[in-house]
Amino acid sequence: MALLEVNNLCISFGGLRAVDDFHMTIEKGQLYGLIGPNGAGKTTVFNLLTGVYAPNEGRIILDGQDITGHKTIEINQDGIARTFQNIRLFSQMPVIDNVKAALENQYSYSLFDSLTHLGKFRQVEKEITERSMDLLKVFDLDRFAETLASNLPYGQQRKLEIARAMATNPKLLLLDEPAAGMNPNETAELMKTIELIRDKFGITILLIEHDMKLVGGICERLTVLNFGRVLCEGPTKEVLSNPEVIKAYLGDE
Amino acid sequence: MTDKILKAMTPKRKTAVNGKSPAMTYFVVLAAYAVLELCIKTGIMSSHLQGLLVPMVYYAIVAVGLNICVGILGELSLGHAGFMCIGAFGSAVFSLLTDGVLPDGLRFLLAFLVGVALATLFGFLIGIPVLRLNGDYLAIVTLAFGEIIKNLLNALYLGIDENGLHASLSNQMALGLSPDGKMLINGAMGVSGTPHDANFTISMVVLLIALFLAQNLVHSKHGRAIMAIRDNRIAAESIGINIVRYKMQAFTISAAIAGAAGVLFSHNISTLQASSQYFGYNVSIMILVYVVLGGIGNLRGSVIAASILYLLPELLRGLNKYRMLIYSIVLIVVMIFNWAPAAIAWRENLAAKFKAARKENV
Repeated sequence: MALLEVNNLCISFGGLRAVDDFHMTIEKGQLYGLIGPNGAGKTTVFNLLTGVYAPNEGRIILDGQDITGHKTIEINQDGIARTFQNIRLFSQMPVIDNVKAALENQYSYSLFDSLTHLGKFRQVEKEITERSMDLLKVFDLDRFAETLASNLPYGQQRKLEIARAMATNPKLLLLDEPAAGMNPNETAELMKTIELIRDKFGITILLIEHDMKLVGGICERLTVLNFGRVLCEGPTKEVLSNPEVIKAYLGDE
Repeated sequence: MTDKILKAMTPKRKTAVNGKSPAMTYFVVLAAYAVLELCIKTGIMSSHLQGLLVPMVYYAIVAVGLNICVGILGELSLGHAGFMCIGAFGSAVFSLLTDGVLPDGLRFLLAFLVGVALATLFGFLIGIPVLRLNGDYLAIVTLAFGEIIKNLLNALYLGIDENGLHASLSNQMALGLSPDGKMLINGAMGVSGTPHDANFTISMVVLLIALFLAQNLVHSKHGRAIMAIRDNRIAAESIGINIVRYKMQAFTISAAIAGAAGVLFSHNISTLQASSQYFGYNVSIMILVYVVLGGIGNLRGSVIAASILYLLPELLRGLNKYRMLIYSIVLIVVMIFNWAPAAIAWRENLAAKFKAARKENV
């Protein structure tokens, strides 16, 4: 059974049909790419999948469960985590606290314990810190644990955002243009990181990207979006050599 | 390579928000207490100055409370004097009702809890609608709340006799109290006869408790969630943080601490009046000034700024006309030398520029 099944997804803003009859099926463990020219509606699809917008029509099924119309917070608990096109870190908090904040729903102690540091506080905090450090080590960010998130170099900030998303234990990870603004070295490092987390955590990844080297290098299947509609989908090689896709990107003669 | 440089450059600190270690904060407060107490005992301190100590401490407490709202939660509140007002009147009425009935210590403890509970309740009630919204609504609503509470208490007459409590918003006669009844709140005349339970030592204890709770909150799961909302609401939502719940928690705690300061206020003054001088929006703004100049998000800074900026205009009273002039200069100096991360960065920038300019000249 597919991990994510999206059927007939539509949303309009005023008279503009931003996403129309969008469909997509992602199998467990796949590395899936969503590409398309600027303004095609890729980020809108992400926002629909994560509950930022509620679709006008259509169904989103995650792991057999209908999550259409769930709120952002619920969708995170359903098992979808995401990163953002323009990095959104908790910039005035240390790197490790960015990850700890994402563990929020997995560990609990009362507000009273928080205010007095009594009760379960010490025990649970110890577990949270260990989990966070383990996760930071995977992303090679443990050296920066106490650094302010805003002081990290750009590439590391992207990595931290992925680490934070991973901390919520998702089934499906959405990456919105993870390589945007990166130099070729950083992109190469990022590709390694993405493959590493897919293999290590056995997670399914859907990513939006413009960098065709990255898309062609790691994605197994692609969906191409143009003017809010699916232009074509299939295995990466086939899609990238499809004349329709080339036309959409480069224009007509 | 860059990683190494970066690591060397980054100061080792627990969090950016409350850069200083909590233990140091308690030490500073305790040291200040010891010195001031010594001055009182040895008779160095004038009685005028002694009278300023309790107010200084309760303003420091409200500043800590407001900093939780402004610095940790990142929402602007312009009505913390209103929460103080509620704590003050609630506890004063309770104290009048139980004076002579309960032993003094127990009565004050209960009055304290009543004041804090009422402020908490109002913080909660205001939070329910307002904290669901994003933007500056909290500032607007709290500003109005502070004024409404003040004006309402100014017009409220409350009395008690053998038939129970009587309340009126028109005048004292409308209460229809029996001859041996007792006035609790006498309109604009306020509450008089509240026992003087709040002394410097008790105030310092309350300040330490407020600091303890606030600093613990910052270094906890709840504090992290609250600061995550402050730093990026959309990202916080995307990792499953319940925005409204944590905003409510932070704001309610903030209101509760302001209420605690109000209790000290009412138990340190002979006649408690809901006047603009004590509970108007000017006071709310003044507390905000303490918080901003102490460093937004810096709890220790709030205490220091509140203490200095409260004492200064009082001590300068002798200088008459020049008082406000000196006060404003001090404000500017404090602005330059405060401990907010942004201010520290600005100072470093400025210093670097000066250095560069000097090199060019040579």
